[in-house]
Amino acid sequence: MAQLENLYREIILEHFKHPRNKGLLDVSGARSYRYKNPSCGDDVTIQTKVEAGHVVLCRHEGTGCSICCASASVLTETMLGLPVAKAEKTAKAYVAMVRNEPFDEDVDLGEAEVFQGVRLFPARTKCASIAWLAFLETIKEDE
Amino acid sequence: MKNPWRADFPQLKPGRTYLDSAAMSLKPQSVIDAVTGYYRDLSVNIHRSLYEESLTATNLYEAARREVATLINADSDEIVFTRGATDALNLVASAYGKFLGPGDEIITSELEHHSSYLPWRQVAEATGASLRFIPLTETGRITLEGFISVLTAKTKVVALTHVSNVMGYLTPIQPIIDLARSQGAITVIDCAQSIYSEALDVRMLGVDFLAFSGHKMLGPTGIGVLFGRRQLLNQLDPVAFGGDMNDFVTKTEVVWKDAPYRFEAGTMPVASAIGLGEAVRYLKRVGLEAIDRHIKQLYRFTYAQLKKLEGLSIYNPDTDKGIITFNLTGVPSHDAVSYYAEQGVMLRSGHHCAQLVSGFLGIDSSLRASFHLYSDYEDADRFLQVTREAIAFFRKLGF
Ligand SMILES: Cc1ncc(COP(=O)(O)O)c(C=O)c1O
Repeated sequence: MAQLENLYREIILEHFKHPRNKGLLDVSGARSYRYKNPSCGDDVTIQTKVEAGHVVLCRHEGTGCSICCASASVLTETMLGLPVAKAEKTAKAYVAMVRNEPFDEDVDLGEAEVFQGVRLFPARTKCASIAWLAFLETIKEDE
Repeated sequence: MKNPWRADFPQLKPGRTYLDSAAMSLKPQSVIDAVTGYYRDLSVNIHRSLYEESLTATNLYEAARREVATLINADSDEIVFTRGATDALNLVASAYGKFLGPGDEIITSELEHHSSYLPWRQVAEATGASLRFIPLTETGRITLEGFISVLTAKTKVVALTHVSNVMGYLTPIQPIIDLARSQGAITVIDCAQSIYSEALDVRMLGVDFLAFSGHKMLGPTGIGVLFGRRQLLNQLDPVAFGGDMNDFVTKTEVVWKDAPYRFEAGTMPVASAIGLGEAVRYLKRVGLEAIDRHIKQLYRFTYAQLKKLEGLSIYNPDTDKGIITFNLTGVPSHDAVSYYAEQGVMLRSGHHCAQLVSGFLGIDSSLRASFHLYSDYEDADRFLQVTREAIAFFRKLGF
């Protein structure tokens, strides 16, 4: 039983039970992106607003497993206030981390580091990453 | 009580509990041998060459077709080999859908697998025909009364599942087919979940089209079947074009072969078809009734214990076919299924490619446990034990 217990770290459970920044807001200038993993029921929307090069709003909405919901909640706390370039770097490092790929270890992932445990559960990589991938879409430069 | 068939399935390993047979069945050794035997001894194409190996391969392929035909009391030329149930259902929709137009109606249900619903949705969109959903009962069943309430003179197609892959309900297809015929509508029945445990007689049913996959009935992947009434099949144009499906090709004229060959363009999955023939032989030896009885016994045993546990909801307590769809209270199904997986219990989670059912139940996703003839009481016990542990595990974590 040891392994799965490692996945459900205190912080993850805390965010799952008491998600931060949940619910999208009706504000102008914000961008949203919805990401779904239909095979397991994860469905997350991330809403971001950037002002003067900084993330000034980051919210999430959706349904899914504990890992998916908690990672969305942690994402919003991680990103609020970051300069966009740093936010992007952080999100990319996080996604690489949960995919068990090499990532920039100099990036301070803060609380999000607790999702390291996901690396042992390849079947849950997607759960842990879709909110962060959705976030990356919301800060993409317009083409 | 020892399961007499279990030893035939080399995939079964100690410490592993396979309860995902509704997604795919395991394969008996005889099927594996038939597939590898073709590759080892023959590996040549069918229908094309007159040397001995090719004739042998052709004979094996056509013998498989006859096995399938006799399983459902059809004639061999009414059996079209396809890639699976999905491919078969798409074939009917593409080929028959052309006859539909604005004002015509297609009856289907919220219990459908996406492969039964989406092809007709596409037809409706392309032709202007409209979809009518049979109102389900409170527990989610298709009934004759519900069917009658949507059947009209405008109904042209009735596309329904025989057994729901989520609820395990058996659709009362005989009276539905009778009534559909009296209105001049064709019937397309998805038998992917019924073919291995329910005797089907297409003559008695009077059904027009029927589809199933090899891999749920102990056969290989990549092969499935479309049964169609001969006269109807030969009225349909092929949907894929290529070698082997035409009698005659010039720059000005083409003549399609008769069914089933007009629908089997190009090189078919010969090995898989031969394997399917062997799977049907296996099923016939065991007997569909014996399989049904076995699955139901295991289900009843499991359900009687499961329903006593606190901390879970079962969505189909009145299932007909030994499929248990449930959730642990407060635990997203994907979290739960990871726990089962770690304990060697293989379940399915999600919406099972039948999202309309999740919508009907008002849930995002669910867990599904399903049995087959090789399942045994040890599997059931292990499932129950891990369920108890899972409930305790997630409760302790505060889910
Ligand atoms: C009821 C039902 N219909 C159709 C299908 C589709 O079968 P396949 O994916 O083999 O084409 C399935 C398989 O999941 C099923 O359960």
